[in-house]
Amino acid sequence: MNIFSLIGKYFLFIKKVCSRPNSFLVFYKSFLNEVFVLGVSSIGFVAFVSLFVGAVVTLQIAYNLENPLLPSYLIGLATRDSIILEFSPTMISLILAGKMGSNIASTIGTMRVTEQIDALEMMGINSASYLVLPKIFALVFFNPILITFSMFLAIIGGWFFGDITGLCSTTEFLDGVQYFFIPFNIFYAYIKTVFFALIIATLPAFYGYFTKGGALEVGQASTKGVVNSSILIIIFNYLITQLLLN
Amino acid sequence: MIEVKNVVKNFGENIVLNNISATFFPGKINLIIGRSGSGKTVAIKSMLGLHKIDSGSISFNQRDFSSISKNEQQNIRKEIGMVFQGGALFDSKTIEENLMVPLIMFSSMTKEEMKSRINFCLKRVNLENVNNSFPADLSGGMQKRVAIARAIVLKPKYLFCDEPNSGLDPYTATVIDELLKEITYEYNITTVINTHDMNSVMQIGDHIIFIKEGQKKWEGSRNDIMSSQNKDLNKFVFASEVFRKLKELS
Repeated sequence: MNIFSLIGKYFLFIKKVCSRPNSFLVFYKSFLNEVFVLGVSSIGFVAFVSLFVGAVVTLQIAYNLENPLLPSYLIGLATRDSIILEFSPTMISLILAGKMGSNIASTIGTMRVTEQIDALEMMGINSASYLVLPKIFALVFFNPILITFSMFLAIIGGWFFGDITGLCSTTEFLDGVQYFFIPFNIFYAYIKTVFFALIIATLPAFYGYFTKGGALEVGQASTKGVVNSSILIIIFNYLITQLLLN
Repeated sequence: MIEVKNVVKNFGENIVLNNISATFFPGKINLIIGRSGSGKTVAIKSMLGLHKIDSGSISFNQRDFSSISKNEQQNIRKEIGMVFQGGALFDSKTIEENLMVPLIMFSSMTKEEMKSRINFCLKRVNLENVNNSFPADLSGGMQKRVAIARAIVLKPKYLFCDEPNSGLDPYTATVIDELLKEITYEYNITTVINTHDMNSVMQIGDHIIFIKEGQKKWEGSRNDIMSSQNKDLNKFVFASEVFRKLKELS
């Protein structure tokens, strides 16, 4: 299948997904379930990664700012901007693409090969909308919460490890975090997060939905879903940055 | 009544259904039989619109299913129950939730009425106290019975079964056959079953269609099979020693 027919097939799939749910009660219940299965279950993982990467970012910045003419509060400032602009929205989204994307593609792929999707269609249910729309809403709703959480924890991680290693005192770090703060950066981070959430929810679902065969093909669909959503995240990261920050 | 007229279905160069015509009657067990790969599953899935046919027509009580819009197809599908080969139960949901899905979607019942209907259907397929179990907790035969219960929960006019006995022991297969027969007669459903199980053919086949390499080769009842002179049918039906001896005896 060439790239153009694949893109066309993807948008036809999205059109099918975005139709009105058969029952709003079922949709609401599925949405809450997906928020828990995909979102809430990722909190621990996101917290762990954010805390330590925040620490590493601070240590690396401190390592690169050894010049005594540069004030130490720059460590806090650079840590904050690195985390808000890039680490939390992009890197955490890439990590979530792996965790959530493989879950979505393998769940839907298994439902396809075990005829559960055919069973839904036979009941007169729009299977694409029934299975995928709650995931899209769940991720668009919950990923910004996860990213906010990640930003806070990464900055806390940077402050804590910067302080206990003696590279940057609490006062200097907090001064840096508050210095020359641009609120638009937060808006930019959320715009990226929402775009990435749409990619993470739809692309693995697309590969899972059109799986043919058995266990091997479900694995392949899961891999394709994760790899291609990661590639799209990288590309959209550049495009959104070009549009919003230049 | 379901009418299939001159249906052709190709997958690329491969002609899977070649000019198939048949009529399936209400209150009867209609069987589609044939060897593995003969096109039985494609025939059933084409009738249900899960495969788009290349030519011909399929109508449910004079409503042409093959030429109507997707939305209109969805409305007809609400009148259809389907039992898939592997059961196709939703494995993340309990048995009660599995049966609840079509009821929540398409009925205006209260929660109590839904529970009562679910319990009735489970009892009808001789299953009780499994409401809170998950499909993985049940045996293959029990899963098939749950699939039948789910298929009849909305009181369908049409029931399709794709090899309902595959993977089951002979006794459980007989139980499933009897259950399908009882349900068909009791609710006057147009039942179409896809099988290559000769026990089922002899036990419940009111109206049988034999397919070979995508073409209809024979049509009749289970009583006609014994006296049929169709070579292809005889080669398929009397493949085993037991059935050959049975034919000689009759």
